[in-house]
Amino acid sequence: MDTNMADKKPIIIKVRRQDTPQGKPYWEEFELPWRAGMNVISCMMDIAANPVTRSGKATTPIVYDSNCLEEICGSCAMLINGKARMACSALIDNLKQPITLEPFSKFPVIRDLAVDRSVLFENLKTVKAWIPVDGTYDLGPGPRQLPQEQEINYPLSNCISCCCCMESCPQFNESTGFVGAATIAQVRLFNNHPTGKVLQNERLAALMSDGGIQECGYAQNCVEVCPKNLPLTDSISNIGRQVIKKAVLDFFRA
Amino acid sequence: MATPRIIIVGGGLAGLSAAIKVAEMGGQVDLFSIVPVKRSHSVCAQGGINSAKNLKGEGDSVWQHFDDSVYGGDFLADQPPVKMMCEMGPGVIDLLDRMGVPFNRTPEGLLDFRRFGGTLYNRTAFAGATTGQQLLYALDEQVRRYESEGKVKKYEAWEFLSAVIDPQGVCCGICAMDLHTMEVQTFPAQAVILATGGIGAIFGKSTNSVVCTGSAQSAVYQQGAWYGNGEFIQVHPTCIPGEDKLRLMSESARGEGGRVWVPKTPGDKRPGRSIPESDRWYFLEEWYPKYGNLVPRDIATRAIHKVVYENHLGVDGSPMVYLDLTHIDRATLDRKLGGILEIYEKFVGDDPHEVPMKIFPGVHYTMGGLWVDAQQRTNIKGMYAAGECDFSIHGANRLGANSLLSCITGGFIAGPDAMQYSKSANGDVPSSVFESEKKRQGELNARLMNNQGTENPFHLWRELGDIMSKNVTVSRYNKNLQETDAKLVELLQRCRKVNLSDRSQWANTSFAFARQLYNMLQLARVITLGALLRDESRGAHYKPDYPNRDDANFLKTTKAYYAPDADEPRFDWLPVDTSLIKPRTRSYEAAK
Repeated sequence: MDTNMADKKPIIIKVRRQDTPQGKPYWEEFELPWRAGMNVISCMMDIAANPVTRSGKATTPIVYDSNCLEEICGSCAMLINGKARMACSALIDNLKQPITLEPFSKFPVIRDLAVDRSVLFENLKTVKAWIPVDGTYDLGPGPRQLPQEQEINYPLSNCISCCCCMESCPQFNESTGFVGAATIAQVRLFNNHPTGKVLQNERLAALMSDGGIQECGYAQNCVEVCPKNLPLTDSISNIGRQVIKKAVLDFFRA
Repeated sequence: MATPRIIIVGGGLAGLSAAIKVAEMGGQVDLFSIVPVKRSHSVCAQGGINSAKNLKGEGDSVWQHFDDSVYGGDFLADQPPVKMMCEMGPGVIDLLDRMGVPFNRTPEGLLDFRRFGGTLYNRTAFAGATTGQQLLYALDEQVRRYESEGKVKKYEAWEFLSAVIDPQGVCCGICAMDLHTMEVQTFPAQAVILATGGIGAIFGKSTNSVVCTGSAQSAVYQQGAWYGNGEFIQVHPTCIPGEDKLRLMSESARGEGGRVWVPKTPGDKRPGRSIPESDRWYFLEEWYPKYGNLVPRDIATRAIHKVVYENHLGVDGSPMVYLDLTHIDRATLDRKLGGILEIYEKFVGDDPHEVPMKIFPGVHYTMGGLWVDAQQRTNIKGMYAAGECDFSIHGANRLGANSLLSCITGGFIAGPDAMQYSKSANGDVPSSVFESEKKRQGELNARLMNNQGTENPFHLWRELGDIMSKNVTVSRYNKNLQETDAKLVELLQRCRKVNLSDRSQWANTSFAFARQLYNMLQLARVITLGALLRDESRGAHYKPDYPNRDDANFLKTTKAYYAPDADEPRFDWLPVDTSLIKPRTRSYEAAK
């Protein structure tokens, strides 16, 4: 671990805070002693243990979502130096100071850095992001799948629902009602599955209505910010083709 | 008859499994979770899930799995539930496969299996190195389907505070707090299933998630639920030390051929990779030629401690050893271990394809938990427990990749039994029972909120974690355990004088934390005093002054219960059901 004097400078963090969903946002600045291996989460733990601003004013611990702290639960997403990312994997030594922390801008703030991202879980209901198994009783093994198919599906199934892709998408806003890349990637995952396919048309139909896949503007921000490197733009193209195919078939069937 | 209403607390694998069964059987589920259920701690499980599918032509069987598990647990587990879990295993894997879990496949399109600790069979099905995540998602998706049909109602961002127990001692609902409005409410149900996971936060830093405080288990223990084998805490041999937590480096790294070693020369300054074979000590392979790097976790952890603290051979003189994958080709590593190698690279900054990882043991899992019978019923009628929060199955040490299975089977047993029980449950509990529990919790909250004390809950937590990690983990001495309990009593006193820096009534996380902290302290005493009383070494419980297993005196389950007047745990012993496999000496120096 590099422990030269330059690294031992205190850490300056500016946090955009908001006491309630309707409250007025305000900034607070904190100064913390540096230790090797710190991340944004350990800074916020330090602040909770000693909630005093840089100017010496007593304040409250910062409210933020977190759970696993190893970038797999998807909780601690926020804007760090303006970029949508996970706080647990944001190592202090890799961040430019002063470090700014802000809540996601496109989701309702609950308090401070905690926001309401339930819209994604609602979207997953709309597109029926599940395999419709007959029941949990013993029906023998599932369909055989080649390793090549697993290697396509597994990365799609790594989505942690952090919503970074949605936050950074210019099209994800109230006027378009766009579902966002995460949901589209899940449609691809379930349409790829031998059993999941049975709901393929319903999923595509859901993505053909308002806020559907046609709202994507191909800005490609999603794939750039995704902490789990999901093939998001690739999935949007893939589902785009499935949607066109369905639209053509629907046209001739009509 | 009215639709049975079952409350499930916790949305990890055990809670979701129970929810699916209850919904499928026509019950109505109220599912409570601190975090959105998809973010539960089960996502952190990495390596895989065991079941004796015997798809590798090795002659594996349910009995072998059963024997490995009981032997691995040093004969402390009641055996019939372990056998039941192993029997359910192959069916569970098939079901998960049907639910779309992207398990790794063989060229023929069948499920692939790898080896894990404490067995000589390839018995572990896996989805890359993020198996827990994949399993949790599959169950989450099925629950979302039931949610969209109105059969499951989720209460996310709600914290369980206590059970509602009627004057006859029957559990008839819960009291919970909305973590946004901080409002306290009671909810009636015919049965309550606790699936509230682990207790890692009691040890400060662990591999567990932030919500794994054991607060719910502790709350019901203080209401009369028995707590079994609390002193059995698994310390995982391979973790990445961090400022905010200890991150797990999965056993699957060794299952795929990872080797543990240290330089033979103390303080060897050369970078790991440039140290020649002749200067490396593969101590696990030397000491345990048959199982090698895949000895069970308690054995590997003690071996690493010995090498670091007795032989003084820690890497760079620090408490660390190498876990080396660099001899395995990149493509294989990426296909089978991608997720965990990425974690190491992201959080440490080194590429484990290229350099040996530096790891050290960390608190990982509690074998102990709420006492349950073979149907997952606690001693309080109407209250169930399933998953890590229950004490069954793993005895004195859990084998890797048995936890995902035990969580699911626990939920699959608890859900249907709760449905069955609900038919006879009293549906007519007077509202005064609920009102009085709500009042009790409301008063506790008001007292905490207005407390003008001097103590900072985060500082108290640090003191708790420090002393528990130091004295109640790998090597336990009675003198230190006594000191620890005295300290816990002091911390409990100080915890009553907490002064909150945040007194707001909206999304107040430090308030919720202060409540959890009190419960953590109460449960820490159960762990510590249970360890003090058990003068033997068995599985994860190791006392250098009593280095051997002592079946004559300690082949028995520790049962802790709370004495409200004295405000302390009391202990009793229950016999262990060893009716299926006769206890024998546990040793991994040769094949068992």
